[in-house]
Amino acid sequence: MSAESVAAAAGPDGDFHKAALRRDQWRERLGLAGLAAPALLLVIVAMLIPMAWLFGLSFRDDAGALSLEHYRRMLAEPSYGRTFRTTFEISLATTIICILIGYPLAYFLSQLPRRAANLCMIAVLLPFWTSLLVRTYAWLVLLQRSGLVNTWGIKLGLWNEPLQLVHNAGGTLIGMVHIMLPFLVLPLYGTMRAIDGNLLRAASSLGSTPVHGFWTVFFPLSLPGLAAGASLVFVLCLGFYVTPAMLGGGKVTMVSNRIANDIELFFNWGAASALGVVLLAITLVVLVLAAKLSRGAGLFGSGH
Amino acid sequence: MRPSGDHERPHGAAAAMAGSVTALPITVRRLSKAYGAVSVLDEIDLDVRPGEFLTLLGPSGSGKTTLLMAIAGFLRPDQGSIRFGEREVVRLAPHKREIGMVFQNYALFPHMDVARNVGFPLRLRRVAATEIARRVEAAMETVQLGGFGSRRIDQLSGGQRQRVALARAIVFEPRIILMDEPLSALDKQLRERMQIELRQLHERLGTTTVYVTHDQREALTMSDRIAVLNRGRIARIDTPRAIYDEPGSRFVAEFIGESSFIRAEVAGGVCRAAGSIIHARQLPVSGGRCTMVLRPERLHLLAAGEGEGMNCFEARVTGVIYQGDTLLVQAVLGDGSPVALRLATRGGAAAAPLVGAPVRIGLAVEDTVLLADESGEAP
Repeated sequence: MSAESVAAAAGPDGDFHKAALRRDQWRERLGLAGLAAPALLLVIVAMLIPMAWLFGLSFRDDAGALSLEHYRRMLAEPSYGRTFRTTFEISLATTIICILIGYPLAYFLSQLPRRAANLCMIAVLLPFWTSLLVRTYAWLVLLQRSGLVNTWGIKLGLWNEPLQLVHNAGGTLIGMVHIMLPFLVLPLYGTMRAIDGNLLRAASSLGSTPVHGFWTVFFPLSLPGLAAGASLVFVLCLGFYVTPAMLGGGKVTMVSNRIANDIELFFNWGAASALGVVLLAITLVVLVLAAKLSRGAGLFGSGH
Repeated sequence: MRPSGDHERPHGAAAAMAGSVTALPITVRRLSKAYGAVSVLDEIDLDVRPGEFLTLLGPSGSGKTTLLMAIAGFLRPDQGSIRFGEREVVRLAPHKREIGMVFQNYALFPHMDVARNVGFPLRLRRVAATEIARRVEAAMETVQLGGFGSRRIDQLSGGQRQRVALARAIVFEPRIILMDEPLSALDKQLRERMQIELRQLHERLGTTTVYVTHDQREALTMSDRIAVLNRGRIARIDTPRAIYDEPGSRFVAEFIGESSFIRAEVAGGVCRAAGSIIHARQLPVSGGRCTMVLRPERLHLLAAGEGEGMNCFEARVTGVIYQGDTLLVQAVLGDGSPVALRLATRGGAAAAPLVGAPVRIGLAVEDTVLLADESGEAP
């Protein structure tokens, strides 16, 4: 190679464009980071700052001095314990019912041809396109004493007196399961779809019955999706407000209802904040445990 | 193709559970499957001899995988009979068919380690734990993966996964092994090594094997016999050499090996093509138009005075491509038909013909293949 062509290739800085190429790379990275900036800003302004503020509030008494008063009261008053227990019981029950209904549904969908499955998926997602409030009111209309279910039940002679279907834990559960189901089905369906059908064929060619193949191959491989869906549902339930408030009829007091009461009735931001902090802490613990559990079972470790 | 009996296969009580180790024949009769108006399998008759390595070869959509899946029991045919030995299995569930199956993407269970994968069929058959361990290790040795038992599947390379899948398919000593394009995901070098290994393994085990591939070279390398499928029918079934040397139809000639086709005409017992009189061991009885098959590696580039007793053509070189192991020479005959030749690359660049040069091409009479024109086949 001639001396001139080497000199020409070396570029203006004589370093074969090394510095310029590095600058280009940084510019590209910054551009990419810029795309995330609006969302990041929103999270900081609308979430992290208010949370820090609430966190601070929870440690101040009514006079504004630093104190653990709100937390002390939470431990001292049994009604708080009951609220947390109710919250956990309702959330757990909702999650379990969602699994019982959602797992077979997701399995069915995952075995359908893709086109048919997409159509059915629209049916699963349909509730998402309707306002939460509307759906909850709809359940109220259906389940109340003179509602559709009671009217038809009595007409058909299934029962004689109107049943108490709503304004209790049962009604709350019906509404919550209906609203939470897609959150379980979606991740579960995705995981199930990704399970190679040849694995089940392989199992059966090796001699396993369909049922045995399901339990030894399909079910273990679907567990990550189940864990993701179930923890999502459980965590969403923990902070759920609208449906328990409307369908619970004041008999089902979840933590979020209590928070609303503290603020709307008693203007006690400190107490409400303390509840929020405890709920957040518990939620984080649940999430960490769920991740630990599913990883411990070797479920995420075998991924690609 | 009987098992030689001198290899270290595990025997004993557990081995007896998989039945005796005699190879089973597979008999398929009038097997059909249609999706709507499209017939994927069209009254297939197929006999796989005991201990034979039979390859189903065909382009995509020819029905080869469908046929394999029907034999495995994963696909319910519309009609037909499939027998393993004397036993009719067409309505039998796949898990009762006792076949070892190897899948294209291996289908190893990602949540089990290698030993648990290979031991899976044995655990199902309630073999004792110590016996499972022994037979798993023996199967792993057979596929040259001894000591890999505790590896996770995602720690294995493609070739190793393929071997694990193989070990899992043979560990319970099935009398029939089915393989669905098992090497297609491997790179070329590994694939060619595995072809030889699979072939050797088959010679040791002597299990009746049906192998699906779309790779004609793979089929030629491995098979005792090849069944060439086209549009749900078996176009030809024979040994690799018979199919390559005498394809019998244009489809088979096109699909297996490279070929140039030129028009030929038989009149009064004399065959002519591209201006030359053609001698062949056998002329098509029907007479009239026919097609001559020219395999590139069977053609000679003749020097002056050569070609005695051969079919000879005058041609002009249109292209020369160096491909390492061979030199691909493209040429046109006097009547304008293109042909290709493969020459060995011995002797350096001097031996290569020049583009545009007139050459003489020769084809030995015993290598000359004439195909009677099939109705409906485009020339």
